[in-house]
Amino acid sequence: MPQRAPTQEALVVLRHGETFIKGANRREFERVLRNNIQRAIAPLGPSNIRGGQGRFYVNVSGDGQLRALERLRRVFGISSVSPAIETMPDVDAIAASAVAALRELVSRQRVRSFKVETKRSDKRFPYTSPEVSRDVGAAIVKALDLPVDLHTPQVMVGVEIGMRCTFVFVERVAGAGGLPVGSTGHVALLLSGGIDSPVAGWLAQKRGCSLRAIYFHAPPHTSQRAQDKVEQLARCLAPQQGGLQLHVVRFTAIQEQIRDHAPANMLVVLYRRTMMRIAELIAAAHGCPVLVTGESLGQVASQTLENMVCIQDATRLPILRPLLSYDKQETIRLARHIGTFDVSIEPYDDCCSLFVPKHPSTRVQPKRAQRAEARLDLAAQIEAAARDAQLVEI
Amino acid sequence: MTRSADRVVYLDNAATSPASADVIQGMVSALTKTFGNPSSRHCLGLLAEKAVRGARASVAQRFDVPPRQVLFTSGGTEALALAIWGIAKRHKRTGQVLVSAVEHAAVLKTVEMVKRLGHEVVTVPVCPGGWVEPSAIQRAMTDRTFLVCVMHVNNEIGIEQPVAAIAQTVKRHSPRCSVLVDTIQSFGVLDTSLGLLGADFAVASAHKLHGPKGVGALAMRSNVQLEGLWGGGSQEQGIRPGTENVPAIVGFGIAAKAGRGDAEQLKMACHTLVQPLIEAVSGAYVVGDAARLAPHIVAVAVPGRRSAVVVNALSDLGICVSSGSACSGRRSERSHVLEALGIPREHGVIRLSPSRFHTSDELQQAASVIAETTAGL
Repeated sequence: MPQRAPTQEALVVLRHGETFIKGANRREFERVLRNNIQRAIAPLGPSNIRGGQGRFYVNVSGDGQLRALERLRRVFGISSVSPAIETMPDVDAIAASAVAALRELVSRQRVRSFKVETKRSDKRFPYTSPEVSRDVGAAIVKALDLPVDLHTPQVMVGVEIGMRCTFVFVERVAGAGGLPVGSTGHVALLLSGGIDSPVAGWLAQKRGCSLRAIYFHAPPHTSQRAQDKVEQLARCLAPQQGGLQLHVVRFTAIQEQIRDHAPANMLVVLYRRTMMRIAELIAAAHGCPVLVTGESLGQVASQTLENMVCIQDATRLPILRPLLSYDKQETIRLARHIGTFDVSIEPYDDCCSLFVPKHPSTRVQPKRAQRAEARLDLAAQIEAAARDAQLVEI
Repeated sequence: MTRSADRVVYLDNAATSPASADVIQGMVSALTKTFGNPSSRHCLGLLAEKAVRGARASVAQRFDVPPRQVLFTSGGTEALALAIWGIAKRHKRTGQVLVSAVEHAAVLKTVEMVKRLGHEVVTVPVCPGGWVEPSAIQRAMTDRTFLVCVMHVNNEIGIEQPVAAIAQTVKRHSPRCSVLVDTIQSFGVLDTSLGLLGADFAVASAHKLHGPKGVGALAMRSNVQLEGLWGGGSQEQGIRPGTENVPAIVGFGIAAKAGRGDAEQLKMACHTLVQPLIEAVSGAYVVGDAARLAPHIVAVAVPGRRSAVVVNALSDLGICVSSGSACSGRRSERSHVLEALGIPREHGVIRLSPSRFHTSDELQQAASVIAETTAGL
């Protein structure tokens, strides 16, 4: 990192995503986002977070700027992140900081041209934005001998002179986008060990939902390693919301009863309907108004439109399917991006892949499913399974 | 729920085994007292060198070779690779390697890799009893065959191969052809004398006989020269350079002296475990030719049950058994050994490998739980 004058301080500037346009709810969104930012950088030591005008400013101590940047660009609700230098609201100080920032960039990469763009929201500042840009640009040309290009500059040198903070930056990296986790509600995610459901959970988080996960475990048909794998997947999602509660439901007896007494071609749909009922009970007990699954339209036999309707028929809670329109490759790409893919492909069965018939029906009518269930009499077992689910704090 | 390790009945010693108290004591001493580098000139270096020398002598004794003909490695896999690569690189013309169809992946995958040198690899099938007939080796051999790999006791099904007869066949056909015997499962239970087996090379791994993980050995006939896999110091005659893992080698020495256990006692333990299971599960049978079964490993086929489900169910009850080789047990693919024997896919297979540390009460209780649980699945 470049040596800075005492008036310069390392800063990370975070630009809000959609939270900025949320009108009356803005304050609440900002409160949640501030908490999430705080949580994301807490492991790096003490920091100072200020907010205002669609921005958060995070002062980081020592050489923590890069590490803070890495963590903050994964926080939902932030559209872009810039490493910046905070400086005094003084043209010379601003120019010195801009030269320092650009010099540091030049040491890492070739800079062909630049342009200075100033935003002055503090109207008490005695110079206009074009004046500041001109003076700072001149200082850069003098110090670094770099060409100015006002139309298609390779590097944009940003100067912002605000009521709370004056800073300079030369880089802008994309943030995670979306809405702050916890700002739109709490949902119950049906989490298996597969590729899809963790991605669905991540997408729900992206739209501001905090997750509660439910995993259906069928020992001895599924091993302890299968549960460990799900816990590992939950661990990938937990940091976004500062911990996650995983409910492990014992599904063996119910699944065996369905397998032994229901028509083979309906088995998967009946398993899924039963899972939804158990999930509904857990969700209701914890204030989750919706269920989230990793289903994608047409991906497997239980995920046809007809079967989705049949599965939805089993619960009063809406089932959200963030991956509905995703191709498998798109899901895999996201799974790699969020770090769940390598865990998901570990070869342990989950209970959805057990006792699956060779030719499952792709069109189970809700009435047929209801008739089959009437013969099974699972109500008491469903309640017990929800009640006795093991709670794992991730 | 994951069970605490001290409340399980561990019947998977073919995968790995708990270190014995003597081994632990010896290793602690090597870590804290004789911790020197054997190559150092000072007194602690000398003490460490002596400790390694003692361990080498006790391992060599099991192979019935002079200590100089034993090299320590990081384990069985490395010992096999050292032998296979060493022999293959020494053989300047392109030739042929024969392997039995039931070898461990450490052999099968490594011989696949030596194909890069231009050699051909031929897999010799086993008979339905699970062993390689010497005549099958004879049929497969050509003038170009320079290495035959055959394991002494199969790790998945416990079948003992007629190694001596195979070696005889090989040498009769081609005296210069090397015979590599994987004695990892038999070391410390059966006689693994190189002379008796007719082997040019044999390997062992300490953790199969209550020694530590991370140490193995390659035993060689006196007249063979091997090229190492990497360069370095002059340790292990320069063939396997690197500072010796003294604590593990010391542990290996102690374990080799004690052995895996009395063969009769282990055979009895296997019998105690298997009999109720065969009686309880309709159609259950011992895999392979019972007359060729080693005393300490047995595999039982249970029709209509999935191996993994039986293993999970027993694990939940505190009994550790295996569904085949631990090196592939986490994958759901069918074992190549069971495929080679033609065991139907619908027949789950449970491997039981007790140790010398069980009481007979413990074995009997475990046997009835195994039988009842498996029958109930």
